[in-house]
Amino acid sequence: MPKSVAIIGSGQTNHTSRRADVNIPELIKEAVDRALADADLTIDDIDAVVIGNMEHFEGINLSDMWASEGSGAVMKPAMKIATGGTTGASVAACAYYHCASGLFDRVLAIGWEKLSESDTTTGIITAFDPIVERLTLAGAVGGLAIEANLYMTSYGITQEQVAKAAVMARKNAQRNPHAHLKLDLTVEQVLHSPMIAYPIHYLDMCPTSDGACAVIFASEDVARKSAHPPAWVKAAVCRHNHPYIGDVDWRKNTLESAAIEAYRLAGITNPRRELDVIELYDPASFALLSWIESLHICGPGEGGKMIDAGAITMEGDIPVNPSGGVISTNPIGATALIRVAEAALQIQGKADARQVEGVRTALATGFGGSYWSEVFILGRTP
Amino acid sequence: MSEEVIIQHTALRIPYSWAAGAHATRFYREIAEHRRIMGTRCPRCGRVLVPARKSCSRCFQDTTEWVEVGPIGVVTSFTIVHYSEPQIQPMKPPFAIALIRLDGADTALLHLLGEVELSKIRTGMRVEPVFADEPKGHILDIRYFKPVSID
Amino acid sequence: MSQRVAIVGIAQTTFQSAKRAQNYAELVHEVVSELFTKTGATHDDVDNIVSASSDFWDGRTISNMAIQDVVGAYMKSESKVSSDGTLAVLYGMMRILSGQYKTTLVVAHSKGSEGTPNLIANAAFDPIYQRQLGIDGLSASALQARRYMEKYGVSEEEVALVSVKNLANARKNPYAQVAGEFTVDDVMQSGYLAEPIKKLEASPISDGACALLLAREDLVDRFTDKPVWLKGVGHCQDCYYLGDRDLAESEALAVAAQRAYAMAGIRDPGKEIDVAEVYDAFSYQELMWTEILGLCPRGEGVELIRSGVSTIDGTLPVNPSGGVLAAHAVIVAGLVRVAEAALQLRGEAGQHQISGVKTALAHGSFGYCGQMHCVWILSNEK
Repeated sequence: MPKSVAIIGSGQTNHTSRRADVNIPELIKEAVDRALADADLTIDDIDAVVIGNMEHFEGINLSDMWASEGSGAVMKPAMKIATGGTTGASVAACAYYHCASGLFDRVLAIGWEKLSESDTTTGIITAFDPIVERLTLAGAVGGLAIEANLYMTSYGITQEQVAKAAVMARKNAQRNPHAHLKLDLTVEQVLHSPMIAYPIHYLDMCPTSDGACAVIFASEDVARKSAHPPAWVKAAVCRHNHPYIGDVDWRKNTLESAAIEAYRLAGITNPRRELDVIELYDPASFALLSWIESLHICGPGEGGKMIDAGAITMEGDIPVNPSGGVISTNPIGATALIRVAEAALQIQGKADARQVEGVRTALATGFGGSYWSEVFILGRTP
Repeated sequence: MSEEVIIQHTALRIPYSWAAGAHATRFYREIAEHRRIMGTRCPRCGRVLVPARKSCSRCFQDTTEWVEVGPIGVVTSFTIVHYSEPQIQPMKPPFAIALIRLDGADTALLHLLGEVELSKIRTGMRVEPVFADEPKGHILDIRYFKPVSID
Repeated sequence: MSQRVAIVGIAQTTFQSAKRAQNYAELVHEVVSELFTKTGATHDDVDNIVSASSDFWDGRTISNMAIQDVVGAYMKSESKVSSDGTLAVLYGMMRILSGQYKTTLVVAHSKGSEGTPNLIANAAFDPIYQRQLGIDGLSASALQARRYMEKYGVSEEEVALVSVKNLANARKNPYAQVAGEFTVDDVMQSGYLAEPIKKLEASPISDGACALLLAREDLVDRFTDKPVWLKGVGHCQDCYYLGDRDLAESEALAVAAQRAYAMAGIRDPGKEIDVAEVYDAFSYQELMWTEILGLCPRGEGVELIRSGVSTIDGTLPVNPSGGVLAAHAVIVAGLVRVAEAALQLRGEAGQHQISGVKTALAHGSFGYCGQMHCVWILSNEK
């Protein structure tokens, strides 16, 4: 069994479309300072740093090197992890293994991105094979639209149901001071917003944001002595898929595979009942319905019913994305780490206006690459 | 076989616009408006950091004080670049890149040397900045440093 | 370390200036296949993968995406370290030490021939204060070379001895790209690239890949009867701006070495280490790094060569493989240092085998002028 590890603090910038007032290291330091303050620590208490972003989005090669001006990594063990959309979750996992290995006691995990500094879609297109796929794919939305279409037509999920999820997420974001899009929307507004790639409307899709997130992981002994209630990591699981979009088997998905293993590790047999809140990496609104099916929160094709019944809203029995999620905030390298941070805040009872009552177990996910998934389960006890 | 494989040529053309931050903005304004080079002092280690920064990376403390440095400084190391990479190099090779510790600074500024016979460059040499006529808000607002003229 | 982790398999491609017949996934396929042939392992024996590569060098966002199939990542956990290969070994080891995994496939790839090295290197310098100066890895290192030479009174002819030694060693290494019997005069006459660095003192840029299989102690016998034990590791990051450091020193390397030695129980590295593979991207670096690693007093790196200590028939050979000067696939080169140290410990280094090796040091570096260092101590004895 892995050694017990907990999250003892976190910090985020107030994510927005453009932080013209700060440069990259300055943005990073904002989140790090907030995380240290949250955990009542100073940088001297940190044993190691794990940092991640995606280099082409800002055009900075070896980006962890310049970042050390704001990451606190100077004269410390530090490494950079970069895996696309999953980056933040991969950073969290790496920080987790730093502690779980017994080699480090307090590890600072940082995810960041300043998407305002370039053309994000151009950056994403370069992910695809330059010989075969790059010329025919249009950034992140292409693959998502294919999946959304397949999901909606397979199960008769309506555009209205998907739009409802988009409305819910932006409403939740209004309670989150760190969220980028805090929109008061109607289903009609979502449905009348421009179609980007059928069936995904403009208001269904995630924005591009500037922001950073920092999370402090601690070994068991240190976490037990922490001034604040720790959020214990019960499972950290990652699943990858084939590299070419055409090779991806949509019926055997990485999120479901990762969730099954995470439930096994955390001893969860009935996720709908045992999970209290979910922070899902939702790059587009259909994912709020489809991907909770992959997490076995409901049966196949029942995602639409979940939103109709209000089960995943703040008032429902299994709130999804009280933070507003990815469709409200998306600084890519930070995005999946924000899911982990928000799940930890829910466990710690520090989520303020977006707090779900009595959270004992929370799940966070990351999504990226060619349909890769990462799943974390956090709990009040080790 | 290896001679027959297809090689596809392309270039990543992604536009970037980088925010400099308030401290670098003031650093460049001071050059543009007052022709002076400024550093910032770390309250913990007391070092004057040049170019100016919001925080000291070693102490992880925000800097608190602006300090005018130089404009004369000393070359702590240099190289003469002999290869050509026209897409990035601001001068035609051979040209000199140097680390210059400006008087009053605790760190060295990376910059170019000009108006100097390359074979005569030495560490320890005292140099002064030559400012650009039309500052644009980047490091070449100082065109280069040149040897201090002996009056 | 409470548990033990060993390297149970090693594979590398030959390193060449341009491996046109293979794309980088095919390079990775080559080393993974060789690793499996040597160890009898299959993808089923590998429960997770840690890769190392660079988006900038690959010209692709998410540089690890294309290798997913060849490393067998389908429905498994893979993560990418966007830093030197030595850190990928560390992350791979952490995952096993955590108890969650039993075997990690560690792999690194790079095809320097497919990009424009100086442009890629220039992009590592921040666009606010440095990039427009046209600096790159070579010119930055030249600043360090001069500072080191002037501070410690080392002449250009003395630095040239490193190239003479290492390129001669490389003649015995079938994987090397650059090799030959050169004299100090040949090096001196090879022409300045960036003074004081001359052509024969700068590593080439190579295409190639390297893979290791790591296994938990109880599984080692399944794959090999010559395990190489990971005894100690340390890594540390320095300040970013070249002018913030005294380039003749490297506190980060000193700290990294101290950590590795403490973990491995090394008290007198110069006596206890039998062979060292250090990251000599430029000739002067071997002198600096060996001194700061404590293999000799400061300023006496050249004495190690002159007295014959660090030559291939000496008591502490340094870079018997020819080092990075003989082959430099960016990011891969650090993993190759570990691979070469492990080959020495297994007695499988062929013509450049050192006799009686029990303890070996491998060193990786990342960022310009050694902003990040990672030091490994390996042994063939538990």
